Order: sequence, then C-alpha cells, then structure tokens
Amino acid sequence: MNEVIIKLEGITREYLMGAEQVRALRGVDLEIRRNEYVAIMGPSGSGKSTMMNMLGCLDTPSGGRYWLNGHEASRLQDDELARVRNKEIGFVFQTFNLLPRASALANVELPLVYAGASGRDRRRRAEHALERVGLGERMHHKPNELSGGQRQRVAIARALVNNPSILLADEPTGNLDSTTSEEIMRVFGSLQAQGQTVVIVTHEPDIAAHAHRVVVLRDGRIDSDRSNPPRTTSAAA
Amino acid sequence: MPFFEAVRLAISSIRAQKLKSFFSLVGVLIGVTFLIAVVSIVQGMNVYMTDTFAGALIGVNTFQLRQEPNFNMGPTSNEQRREWQRRPRITIEDAAYVKTHMLTPVVIARSGNDRVAVEWKGKIAKDINLNTVDAEFFTIKHWNIAEGRAFTPQEVEANAAVVVLGWELAQRLFNGRDPLGQIVTLAGLPHRVIGVVELQGNVFGFSMDKFVVTPITSPARRLTNRPHIIDDLQIQATNPLQMREAMDEVREMMRVRRGLKPGQADNFHIESSETALSTWNQISKVLFLALPGLVGISLVVGGIVIMNIMLMAVVERTREIGIRKALGAKGSDIMAQFVVESATLSVTGAILGIGAGILLAFAVRALTPLPAAVAPWSIGVGVGLGILVGVVAGVYPARQASRMDPIVALGHE
Repeated sequence: MNEVIIKLEGITREYLMGAEQVRALRGVDLEIRRNEYVAIMGPSGSGKSTMMNMLGCLDTPSGGRYWLNGHEASRLQDDELARVRNKEIGFVFQTFNLLPRASALANVELPLVYAGASGRDRRRRAEHALERVGLGERMHHKPNELSGGQRQRVAIARALVNNPSILLADEPTGNLDSTTSEEIMRVFGSLQAQGQTVVIVTHEPDIAAHAHRVVVLRDGRIDSDRSNPPRTTSAAA
Repeated sequence: MPFFEAVRLAISSIRAQKLKSFFSLVGVLIGVTFLIAVVSIVQGMNVYMTDTFAGALIGVNTFQLRQEPNFNMGPTSNEQRREWQRRPRITIEDAAYVKTHMLTPVVIARSGNDRVAVEWKGKIAKDINLNTVDAEFFTIKHWNIAEGRAFTPQEVEANAAVVVLGWELAQRLFNGRDPLGQIVTLAGLPHRVIGVVELQGNVFGFSMDKFVVTPITSPARRLTNRPHIIDDLQIQATNPLQMREAMDEVREMMRVRRGLKPGQADNFHIESSETALSTWNQISKVLFLALPGLVGISLVVGGIVIMNIMLMAVVERTREIGIRKALGAKGSDIMAQFVVESATLSVTGAILGIGAGILLAFAVRALTPLPAAVAPWSIGVGVGLGILVGVVAGVYPARQASRMDPIVALGHE
C-alpha cells in the first residue's frame, strides 16, 4: 500500500451565515493514499464544498486535524497555506477559472510564477504540462479562442504543472457536454494511471463512477466510503 | 512574485484598458506637466533677467555708485523715497577720488542722464535717452560702433560738442542717409554726429537703441546735471570676484568721505545687476515656493483618482484574485501586484507629464524671448513623485485585495 497523503481527523467546520450557525462538517475522518482515485459525493448542503475547500487548504477547520503530505495543514497561517496550495494542490474548477487575458501558456505558468521559478524554467514546464493534456498545438491561444473541453485541459495542465501531491477537481465536468466530459475524465484516468493522486468532488454518479473509491457525505459526516470496481475502457467510451 | 513580473503584469492590464487608464492618470500627468513647465519657465526667466535684462541695462561685472536705486521693481514707501531724495548727490570730486584711490583694476566712467528731444532739419525724435559720459562708457557697455567712431578721452577733455547715436534713432532721423558730420540739436544745443552704435535689440519689448551719447563735458551736460554733480559712477571689474572687492572698496571710500559712523546706514546706493535683480529674485522665490503647493494639489487629486480606479479594479478582478490565491499567491504577492500596478499607472502619467512639460517648455522657448530650459532635477522629481503617488494611492486598494478570502473571491461572479 502507498503512504497516506491526506489524513483528516475529527474535522469540524462551523460558520455563521447571517445570525445562523451552520455546521458544515461535523467530524470527518478520512485517509487518502498516494495514487488513489477518489470521488467525494453528496447532495447539496452535505458539506461537499466545505470539504473541497478544506482539502485544498483554502479553508481551515474549526476543529480536528488535517495532515497533507506529512504537514499539519490545519495549523498553518495564511502565507503557509498559500505555499501549500502552490506546491501540494492542483485545483481544477467547474468554471475553469482561467485568466481571460492571458494565453493558455501564461495561465499554466501562473503557479510557477508564485513558486518563484525562472522564466525559462516556467516556460519549459508549462509547455510540457500542456503537451501532457494534448494541447501542445494551442499554447498561445487565449481562453476565449478555445472550446470548453480545451479550456478544462488548460486548467488541468495548470493544476499539474507544479507536480502537486493531489489533483483536486471540483465538478470538473459541470460545464461540459457529455462527450467532452468523458474526454476530460479520460485525462484524469490517464494521469492517475501515471501515478497522480486524484480527488474529484461531484454530485454526478456518472462522474463518480470513474473513481476507484467513492466517499459519500451527508449532513457534514461521511455516510459511506466504498471502493468502486475499475471501469473498463469500453464502458468509459 | 518578482518585481519585473509585477511590472509586466501591470503594463499588460493598463494596456488592456487604455482609455480608462489614461483618464485615471490625467491628474498625475497635469501635476508633473506643471512641475516641469513652471520650473523650466521660471529658470528661463532667471537666465533672461540675469543675462539680458541686467546684462544689457547694467552690464556684466559692472556696478554703479548712485544717489538712489535705479531699477526698483518692488513697492517703495514715500518715506523711503524722501530719504533717497535727501541724500547728497554724487559729485565730480567723489568720482575723481574713487578713480585715484581704487586698488582693484577697474574701468570707470562718470555718467549723467536725462531724456531729451533730438532734432535734425525739422525732424524731431522725442523722449530719447541722453547719456553724458566719459569715453570709457563705450567699453563698459560693450558697445560696438556700426558707423563712424566713438568719442575719445581727448574730446572729453576738450568739451567737444560731438554725439554718438543709437541705431534706431539714427534710422529714424536720417532714414538711410549718412548721419556722420551732420549737426543735430539736443534740446536746442547743437552737436556733431561722429558715430552710430550697432543694433542692441529689445528688452521686454523696449528698444535699447533710442539714445544719444555725448562727452560728459559737452554742452548737453547742462541738461543732465548741475556742475560738479553726476548721476552715477559706472565701474566695471574684470571678474565677479574683483567686482565684489571693488564694490567693498567704493563703499568704504564713500562712507569715509561722507563721515558715516559705524552702524549708520549708507547714504548712497551701489547698484549691481544683483541688487537690480533682488526684486525679481523675490518674485521667482515666491513662484518656486508656490510651485510645490500647485503641483501637490494636482498630485493629491491624481492620487485620489488612481485610488478610486484601483478600488474599482480590485472589485472587478475579485475572481482573478481568487484564482491567483488558489494557485498559491500569498497576500503579499497580491498586494505587490496592485501596488505595482498603481505605481506603474502613476509613473506612466508622470512620464507623459514630463513629455508634455518638455513640449511646453520648448513652446515657450520658441514663442517668447525666454530661454526656458528643462531642469534635469525636475525630471527626477517628477518620476519620484509619480512613484510616490502611485504607491500611496495603491496601498489601500491593494490591501483590500490581499485580504480577500479566496473562497469568497472564487465564488464571485
């Protein structure tokens, strides 16, 4: 078995929404090992988004502890969290979240800018990442010159470029048609096959079906955690 | 994030919105334009006043011993005027004493002046400057003779009734005919024309060529002063240092001759281009003091505009801030991005302002007699102020941006 890369221990998260206190997570324990392919599911209001923010170090828990790749992320300050996001996490968002005025290449270089890489190194690594997702030919296009699937590939290249511990995708196919969705899911599958740890947050069973393990949240707690028989390629197509 | 990266980013986002960026930096542009233009114009006026005005009217390294100031541009009280009137006049004896006892090498000329009507064959030129002087006056004034000759010390000795004309006067009276040897009358007193001084040009639009010069012993001397009295003693040294020494010497001699006790004020006036310019110097000092205020107001307004634009930019780019933070930008990276952007905006304004200021200075130089010249330091100050305004105006918006919660920012539409 690979080593544990994510470990959540009694994670709670409460926040105020107006005058009302919302308990988004009510004690979550979870371990994810290197090279796992995990889908986190749940209906809206189940704490899925909070979970995603927590795993991505965009948010810190109200209680409990979170270890990411050996570091205790739940104790970190803002600047350290930024560093962890930069080095350990590769985000893929539903709405792609590319900078509209920057070329695909410049978008993919962005995490490396904050990592302090030199211009030449950045360019080389960004080109390599774009080639990995099959966009080697469209590096200099702006996002609005690319299709939805291509945009999401740029976002995946951006997520990969700094060799993160986990690829964290939030409804990555939510804005794509079913054909393109399958295409993107194949990209995730192939990255996982190359050794990448992948965590996908989704409410679509079809998408979750690609993962090897499905964790279902309900009312801020883990409702079920089961392994998923790997799908055959023909089923995916 | 490296500084260069931040500047590149700032320039690209300024270029993405050219018109808006231009309007936002107009305040800084005007402020810096003002700075560059005013400094160069005031300095040009300084040069003009010193070289042309004082140089032409008094002469380089030259001073005058007088009863009262000649060039007095500031307001003068009646009491002051009466004090000047009560002073003893400068006499021929004073002049002789100074000339004999002066240790510093100088050229000395006695001079008296008035305004007279000059007539030749029924043609009359009124209000002409009459100078009754020693032959050395031509040397002091650096006057070159265009036609004929200047008079000699011998002619001064001999009370010769000769006259040298200013260029414009000669043109007006003789209209192209040869004036040499002709007899003109100065307030009715006949003098023979022996020369014409070459064209001197204008100062502040006044012709410097409407004058006549006669020996201080000529019949015309009756028009300027009573016997033994002169208007001023003109003294020219070879360099500024010797001029200062000569001024001290003359002052000391005059105080002794007039029996002034220590602590008693001079009852004569020593006028140099410096003293003549003292009023102008006060004016230019006031302009230079008022300048920071005027520039400051434009820059404060410019800074407020930039701050507002940046606050808007932070709101408009909330999502971008969220993306950057999610990808690992620290608060300080975001802060730097917006401060640098604000500073780049402001410096762009400053650079445009410097360009506009230089153009303005050149226009003044081309269209007026002022030798307006751009002061290098004012360019430095302009750029410096641009950076300062940008940074100060950018800090608050940048702080807002850097403190944004990435989750909220990412959810922003």
